[in-house]
Amino acid sequence: MSIELKHVSYTYSPGTSYEIHALKDINLNIPDGEFIGMIGHTGSGKSTLIQHFNALIQPVSGTILYNGEDIWGEKYNRKELRSQVGLVFQYPEHQLFESDVLSDVCFGPMNQGLTREEAEAEAKKALRQVGFKEENYKKSPFELSGGQKKRVAIAGVLAMNPKILILDEPTAGLDPRGRDDILDQIAELHKVRGITIVLVSHSMEDIAKYVERLIVMNHGEVAFDNTPREVFSHYQELESMGLAAPQITYIMHALREHGLPVDISATTVEEARATILDALRESHSPLLKKEGGMGK
Amino acid sequence: MGIIKAFKLGFDYLKYDEDGNVQDTQRAVDDVNLDIEAGEFVAILGHNGSGKSTLAKHMNALLLPSEGTLWIDDMDTAREPELWKIRQKAGMVFQNPDNQIIGTIVEEDVGFGPENMGIPTENIWRRVDDSLKKVGMTAYRHHSPNKLSGGQKQRVAIAGVVAMQPQCIVLDEPTAMLDPNGRREVLEAVRELNRQEKVTVILITHYMEEVIHADRVYVMDSGKVVMQGTPREIFSQVETLKEYRLDVPQVTLLAHELKKSGADVPDGILTTEELVNALCRSN
Amino acid sequence: MMRDITIGQYYPADSLLHALDPRTKLIGTICFIVSVFLFHTFPGYGVATLFLGLLILLSRVPVKFMFKGLKAVFMILMITVVFNVLLTPGEILWKWGILRITKEGLVLAGTMAIRLTYLVIGSSIMTLTTTPNQLTDGMERLLRPLNKIHVPVHDIAMIMSIALRFIPILMEETDKIMKAQIARGADFENGNIIQRAKNMVPLLVPLFISAFRRANDLAMAMEARCYHGGDHRTQMKPLVYRSRDFAAMGALAVYLGIAVMFRVMGW
Repeated sequence: MSIELKHVSYTYSPGTSYEIHALKDINLNIPDGEFIGMIGHTGSGKSTLIQHFNALIQPVSGTILYNGEDIWGEKYNRKELRSQVGLVFQYPEHQLFESDVLSDVCFGPMNQGLTREEAEAEAKKALRQVGFKEENYKKSPFELSGGQKKRVAIAGVLAMNPKILILDEPTAGLDPRGRDDILDQIAELHKVRGITIVLVSHSMEDIAKYVERLIVMNHGEVAFDNTPREVFSHYQELESMGLAAPQITYIMHALREHGLPVDISATTVEEARATILDALRESHSPLLKKEGGMGK
Repeated sequence: MGIIKAFKLGFDYLKYDEDGNVQDTQRAVDDVNLDIEAGEFVAILGHNGSGKSTLAKHMNALLLPSEGTLWIDDMDTAREPELWKIRQKAGMVFQNPDNQIIGTIVEEDVGFGPENMGIPTENIWRRVDDSLKKVGMTAYRHHSPNKLSGGQKQRVAIAGVVAMQPQCIVLDEPTAMLDPNGRREVLEAVRELNRQEKVTVILITHYMEEVIHADRVYVMDSGKVVMQGTPREIFSQVETLKEYRLDVPQVTLLAHELKKSGADVPDGILTTEELVNALCRSN
Repeated sequence: MMRDITIGQYYPADSLLHALDPRTKLIGTICFIVSVFLFHTFPGYGVATLFLGLLILLSRVPVKFMFKGLKAVFMILMITVVFNVLLTPGEILWKWGILRITKEGLVLAGTMAIRLTYLVIGSSIMTLTTTPNQLTDGMERLLRPLNKIHVPVHDIAMIMSIALRFIPILMEETDKIMKAQIARGADFENGNIIQRAKNMVPLLVPLFISAFRRANDLAMAMEARCYHGGDHRTQMKPLVYRSRDFAAMGALAVYLGIAVMFRVMGW
């Protein structure tokens, strides 16, 4: 089970003065069960790329294989593909339309041919898994808060039982707590359902905290494809692409420059805390009080 | 007295039933007192639904208080005859860049405010030239707003307000829909206006990194001002902020965690340099 | 695909046509449309073609933008042509079963095709060289006499200019909503008319809600920028007729005169 892109290129408005080469010869493999992050500044091609994954956009050249089959083959059932490869867009407002939450989440499963009862069972399961409270099932999706709308939108795709879930900036516009809640929920989904997650984000901090593999898009090409640790060690190159590493990376480098022997590959607060404490201990720093917290 | 002052400000959203009777009231702003000096850079933090946007809309008389009073430069916002003067004194920039640009050409949009104020034509041009320069958008003056990036659109919106020559600018989550580069662009433009032009800035946001340069921070929760102080004072209280559904910049969080683990680091560290100095002073 | 509609899409360039007063261009467009109906012979259309060609040259807008507007009406154009060719009685040139092509049919179809094409291109030249704001300014000024009979000319003009600004935004939004629903298994292409209409609900509801929201936001933003109707309002770009406008009007008068002459003389 995997998505494979071979030499995929895409051009917007070919032959006009607005012509944009959005993707240039992309080769990628998305195997089962990974938690993948994708970053790139606006216009780097990442939105175009994820829409290729579920055949919303047809490449100008190259092939896209899902489980070894060409998704633009003559007889290929792309509707079926879209229920296997779920895509949640950035703004829940673009998909919510029913008068109550439960019916809205049923829309996907019913398009798959399920009866209302079967669809409701899937919808309830999905809503539970995104942490949406049952007492709100009958509420109108339009009176929900931003974070709740986002959950309903994710559930709307999840209810179709996708094997791969792609989320385009699921935290945009949410406050810090709402952001953490949603991301924790997505990580939980990854664990419980074992599905592949592709998380598009602008926040390096979130990426560093959650993903196993990081794809960096730049000018329609894959600039990096590796573990976050490895990618963030190229922070100067990231900057030249209009991106940045997490703040922690900069702190680690600054500390090392000033003589503190920390592990510069730390990218999260947790990792940074551990390596700084080690370094302080090693250099017998007077900053560490003898009594407190040495053990952990 | 400061340029923006609020005394026991309260605001209720009213819910009506089908017959048009008031069915329910929801307190969005509750007993807020403010005193903002001319030239200050003030940030208002709060999670979604904390009442910060409702408060912001009072500063431009888009909403009028249910209780208490708000003064802009000594003018009571509830007084109808002063309405247009108030809106000219306290300009407002909103969250969604697409929904506040009226003109189909950048320079025409920037001229919209001055046109409404009845400014003579030559002066409008001077103001437009001037404000576009202040936000660094002169090169795009003949462009269509639809072809600009989010950060550029927001800078156009800011120029549109600057052209009205306000004494203060209220920005209601101007960066919420932007990518990191757009956010940086907008914030730099705003800080520049505050430093160079001495425009009073009220920045409403939930991005913690944006408030470290503010002179003063107010934190709102369920309609009330629950914390106020310098960024350092506010960010020293990591746990309290978390209770209000907010967080702190990563460097502040790291310092806090180190302190909890027994390292002797001061509270309220705001920048990488401060942390480096604190950790490496003995080496 | 939706982005290709040129109506209301300004093409920035530095040309004589761009510099003309919008009122001149509005009047000019009306004159050109009238002329297309005055001409009724192929030499006449030759004159109109020359005039149109000259305008395209003067506008400095790439020709392909002119023809883009045609895409939107291409189907109407084809249907008109086919019906006229097949259904006009007259001298039969070719016959197969009940289908026949007559000389009159060909002439009529040609005439209709030319008129429709020229109408679209003619008005595209105006919208490509005039910003929607200038256009509405121009209309507002031309229609100002209607104020006396209590037609809210300023308000109508403002509504139009806002509509023009939001058309591309809503087009793009439609595209995004469609994709979001297709990703959930929605089908906008198959089924009979009733099913298709039903299938539009998941597209139209989010679109309307978004449009209302935008309208609400925009109203607030306009109020915040001191908008309070057309009274006491000054203009950044007040409309002034310049010598080039008088020259253009003169040229138009000559062109219209020629059109009238062709009609009267039956050329």
